[in-house]
Amino acid sequence: MQRYILFRGIQALFTLWILSLAIFLSVHLTGDPAQYLLGSEAGRTEYEQLKKNLGLDRPLYIQYIDFMGDVVRADFGKSHILGRSAREVLMERFPATLQLASAAFLIALVVGIPLGIVSAVKRDTPIDMFAKFFAVLGIATPGFWIAIMLILLFGAILGWLPTFGRGGLDHFVLPSFVLGWAAMAGMVRLGRSSMLEVLDSEYVKFARVKGLSERLVIFKHALKNAIIPLLTFSGLTLAGLLNGSVAVEVVFAWPGIGRLMLQGIQTRDFPIVQATVLAAGLFYILTALLVDILYAYVNPKIRYE
Amino acid sequence: MAKQAPVLEVQDLRTYFYTRTGVVKAVDGVSFSLMPGETLGIVGESGSGKSMTALSIMGLVPKPAGKTVGGKVLLDGEDLLQKSNSEMRQIRGRKICMILQDPMTSLNPVYTVGNQLIETLRMREDARGHGLKERAIDLLSKVKIASPETRIGNYPHQMSGGMRQRVVGAIAISGSPKVLIADEATTSLDATIQYQYLQLLRELQKDTGLSIIFITHDFGIVAKMCDRVAVMYAGKMVEFAPVRDLFNKPSHPYTEALMRSVPNVDEEVDKLYAIEGQPPALDKLPVGCPFAPRCPYVFDRCLHEYPTSVTVGENHHAHCWKLI
Ligand code: SF4
Repeated sequence: MQRYILFRGIQALFTLWILSLAIFLSVHLTGDPAQYLLGSEAGRTEYEQLKKNLGLDRPLYIQYIDFMGDVVRADFGKSHILGRSAREVLMERFPATLQLASAAFLIALVVGIPLGIVSAVKRDTPIDMFAKFFAVLGIATPGFWIAIMLILLFGAILGWLPTFGRGGLDHFVLPSFVLGWAAMAGMVRLGRSSMLEVLDSEYVKFARVKGLSERLVIFKHALKNAIIPLLTFSGLTLAGLLNGSVAVEVVFAWPGIGRLMLQGIQTRDFPIVQATVLAAGLFYILTALLVDILYAYVNPKIRYE
Repeated sequence: MAKQAPVLEVQDLRTYFYTRTGVVKAVDGVSFSLMPGETLGIVGESGSGKSMTALSIMGLVPKPAGKTVGGKVLLDGEDLLQKSNSEMRQIRGRKICMILQDPMTSLNPVYTVGNQLIETLRMREDARGHGLKERAIDLLSKVKIASPETRIGNYPHQMSGGMRQRVVGAIAISGSPKVLIADEATTSLDATIQYQYLQLLRELQKDTGLSIIFITHDFGIVAKMCDRVAVMYAGKMVEFAPVRDLFNKPSHPYTEALMRSVPNVDEEVDKLYAIEGQPPALDKLPVGCPFAPRCPYVFDRCLHEYPTSVTVGENHHAHCWKLI
């Protein structure tokens, strides 16, 4: 088990390194950052001066070593537009994104998984029909459309809920619901299919043959096995929610990292773009690592290898 | 033995499946009885209704498509088909138990074998918290698992297929049932391992006086294990005989064909089912004898009427017009 965690940790580090390399190369090889920054009318001397200031006149490998040093120290330089260090801005925005993603994730878990499991256990009953309908709806309807519809209904028509910005708990309702919508539907679907598969397995049949109570059959024998694929899915969902909130953050004017990233791209603010992309990658890799460890914990086959 | 009352008596059992294409009569009027300490073999091709007969007896027909629509299953004189779900739960594992076809996957991969044994033991009335582990270890050694003290902490994937099969056996007998239904392993386990397992079942039977229903398609196993044999075809029992009589004088053309298809030791196993044709679709059974399309002796009457039971010898019956 320890070796497994160590191995997965090294893998995660390696992935992170590849990502940082990709960011470095995409900024340095696909164009000239100094040119971008100055625009087309800038003079020659101005250009040379900026290159020197940014260290862009040095050989690429030196720049890379420099860049790596900065990355390790989580120092992404100063935002030209905001006039502050990118890290500072990122850290300032991070709680908003984390809160929103957590709220969405919670909704997805608390509604999605039980609904999926119950619909499998009560197969072909009205509750199953409802769950199936809900899942299809959730996957087929784009989040931004739901966002607009909900804003229209609860904000404009009923006036019950605030529709933009961060504030009290009521500010969370709409954005987290919209963000968690597809994830919730995904959990219903996966929970249902995974539970159905497990309920059809020989060990569940054997548990019944042994005369175990239905409660033990479902909660002890079926549930733990059905949860395993959901675990991986939840992890990736959480990572996806942390990163996938760009559209939701923009629609609801949520001051999070997603919106920051978009602003950075629009204003060619490289330190901000680098910081946000790297942070997004880090979320993904960390949650994947966490999921793998949890996965090993519930699945003895992996734990003992 | 003649005077003894049977432990299990199945009368005119019918289990149907309601599908979109029609009613599939998976078990269609099966009757037999089982004496204490006796081993009955049920033989037939796959799809003949053997396994479904077993599940019907256990009250575990897959719902909602399948339903036992008629008959009686008398265990010690009590009709299991009349029992409620919770009453059946008290009976399963304690009075009657079953070993499913696939021993490799009958154990839950996320719990240790000890856990799965103990949870079964715990259901018995005389179970107390401590001593359960000792009893579990005891059971494992009964099914000849070496160093059961350590094995009890193993997960299924840490055991070989043969060992898992024996653990399943241990669980099945842990409630000291009177009747054990053993559905033959379809996953190919090594022949020697299979043989050892059958030996083990015999020994357990000798110790406990257990009655066994052995479901198989292998006449070799039938010859070694069983006292009496029932041959099933298309949801019905077509021949019924003491094992010696069946081998000496197979009467139903289907039995004959099955026996001819038993492989020689040196022959390839692929030739096992060299019977011409396919078993009939159970939702479109012909009016007459269901074996007619494949039967070399078929004649006019076979196509119009289902054959009645013909007595061929003592306790030996077959459903075939040719025998009259
Ligand atoms: S009844 Fe006719 S068709 Fe059926 S097995 Fe006998 S001879 Fe063959």
